[in-house]
Amino acid sequence: MIKRLFVGVIGLVILVAGVAWAECGFQNDIPLASLSNSFESWKVVTDAMAECGNFTAELDQNFSQKQPAAMAANPSQYAIGGVSNSTLVPLLSDGLVRPLDDLVAEYGQDLAPSQLIKVDGQTMAIAMQVNAQHLMYRRDVLEALDIAVPTTYDEVLAAAEKIQASGLVDYPLGGTYAAGWNLGEEFVNMYLGMGGMFFAEDNMPAINNEQGVAALEMMKSLTSYMDPEFLTADSTYVQQQFQQGQIAMANLWATRAGAMDNAEESEVVGLVEFAAAPAAVPGGPPATTLWWDGMTVATNISDAAADAAFRLMMEGLSFDVLSANPDTAIWLSSGQIESRIAVGAVESARGGAPSYPASNVMGLLHTAAGNNIADFLTGSESAEATLADIEAEYTAAAKEAGLID
Amino acid sequence: MFVLPSLVMMVAFIAGPLAAVMVQSFQQTQDVFETVEQEQCDPFGCTTTQVTRPQLDDEGLPITITKWVGWENYRVLLDGKSVRAAFSDAGQGFRDLTDIDFYGALRFTLTFTLLTLPLVIVVGLVLALAVNALQKRVRGPIIFVTLLPFIITPVIGALSIRWLFIGDGILTAALERLTQRDIAMFAQGWTIELLMLFYRVWHVAPFAFVIFYAALQTVERDKVEAAIVDGASRFQNLRYVIIPHLMPLIVFVALIHLMDSYRVFDEIIGFRAEAFRISLQWLTFDFLIPDDTGNRSIGRASASAVLTMIGIMIILVPLLRNTWKEHRRG
Repeated sequence: MIKRLFVGVIGLVILVAGVAWAECGFQNDIPLASLSNSFESWKVVTDAMAECGNFTAELDQNFSQKQPAAMAANPSQYAIGGVSNSTLVPLLSDGLVRPLDDLVAEYGQDLAPSQLIKVDGQTMAIAMQVNAQHLMYRRDVLEALDIAVPTTYDEVLAAAEKIQASGLVDYPLGGTYAAGWNLGEEFVNMYLGMGGMFFAEDNMPAINNEQGVAALEMMKSLTSYMDPEFLTADSTYVQQQFQQGQIAMANLWATRAGAMDNAEESEVVGLVEFAAAPAAVPGGPPATTLWWDGMTVATNISDAAADAAFRLMMEGLSFDVLSANPDTAIWLSSGQIESRIAVGAVESARGGAPSYPASNVMGLLHTAAGNNIADFLTGSESAEATLADIEAEYTAAAKEAGLID
Repeated sequence: MFVLPSLVMMVAFIAGPLAAVMVQSFQQTQDVFETVEQEQCDPFGCTTTQVTRPQLDDEGLPITITKWVGWENYRVLLDGKSVRAAFSDAGQGFRDLTDIDFYGALRFTLTFTLLTLPLVIVVGLVLALAVNALQKRVRGPIIFVTLLPFIITPVIGALSIRWLFIGDGILTAALERLTQRDIAMFAQGWTIELLMLFYRVWHVAPFAFVIFYAALQTVERDKVEAAIVDGASRFQNLRYVIIPHLMPLIVFVALIHLMDSYRVFDEIIGFRAEAFRISLQWLTFDFLIPDDTGNRSIGRASASAVLTMIGIMIILVPLLRNTWKEHRRG
């Protein structure tokens, strides 16, 4: 009897261990760490990487504030840095991430060419997902009021007017208008959608123009259909407004799309559909910017550690892992992953939406916009004065950084 | 000899950093930039743009230069040009002034400090007198409950109050039912300011209460009874016997509170108030925090920190002068 039990236990152990081994293609012996944002998709990928052993993942919303300093240490505190268009900039400009071409040649057979982020021909990061703000709407509300899916912001306003009159939801629109980065991003989207350019020669700002005023005016028109507390609304807040059935439309991040169908949180499972971001001007591109998230390998680690880190990354980004979580993110992969949530971003890209123009000067302008636009939306300043304030704040910061003379 | 360790610590952890901040407020540290044409490919295609990037030295580290800039950081922060514009014929005076970050922050910080001060002292005193009038047996539990707001971590306290009021939070919903109208506490500045003031008083009054309550235990019974025999009313007793007895501690609480609340910061973060109200401390923080692409303004952050410190000193002067006079007289 005891013997049988013993054999049974052994069998069980082998079974469990066997499963663990099967999850990962190799056993990692070098202790490695990663630092990245805290999206659900990062959790999926880093969990898969952890199965190879000796790997700890740090998921932190404020990762971008510690990443450059931590990776400048020698040896770098993190072998792997999770980045996006904009957070790659400081790592790149300070030489903190290494070219990956050799490693891609050795281990990256399964990567799609579009996953390779190249700077002057060298692969500096591996992209894993695409993200963008795009239109999410309540199918049932639009159908009940016989409204076609809006393709321009003028149509969005017309639809919002009808929805407001119907009283079907508390507020027709939602928006990530929280002062700071979110609000800055909304302006970047709208201004590019209006056909604006951010900089003139020599990094001088050039937003105080017709397109700038038009972008601000449109943002203000939209806010009149939002919850009056819009200046504190971040992505999570807007996501919850959707989930609780309070709003009917919003230009929201693709990473939030999966949550609409999460039955534990959402009262509108299956009712939220996705489409391209509306255009700011008829016939123009969707007023949004395209983002990618991906991984980099630190310069300040040994080649052996970099080798192991890259193999871990390939485990995390393997088709099996990504295809098991199709609605977590819009994954980039050489294999085909069917996902309901990809349509909005894909349609936006197809419509000609630009990728976010990340650079150090753009970072400063983005911050200045996020800090000043609230004054216009609350009515305490005119559009022209607000744009002048943004330019002044940008100029002061850029001068202090030495980016302009 | 015995003070040496403490002296060393003071220099290392207080005087040193302070001097460093002062020095940095007259400096700017910059990367040496070069502008190059760069091709970048991402999932959405390849683009070639002019990129301004730092030059790296032989070891792959960015080359930086630090230069003395005189009052430049202060000049940018205090923005004299915009101030003159605000008070010119075309400007709207005070309203335009508070649209400039520094003056808006100063306005809020001063209002916040000067309004919460009397409230904290009065509420603390009333609580102390009330608890002192209770039977001895129930005092313990009551003191414990009264102290709770002070024990809660400030940011957590601010967040919980925010959640009570944000959107259709419990208290907003209750207020809406009572008043039969739609209320949005976080849609305009003055309601947020009111909530922040309320929160600070709620949070700090227990501190004043504990100090005053302890002091009340030392009021001599004879004096109070003598006053009653002389026909003093309760109010006169309070006014002429108890408050003079508590006066040194009232000054102490006021000092601590002024210093603390001039550095108001947690509330701005907790209530996510930065669209409407910012404080001087928050302004320093905002300069210091790097954006996504790694830029930050150490020079202006240092200047703003120095000005905050000077502000605290100025605001403490009347109280300190009084204390000094008392001291000399005593």
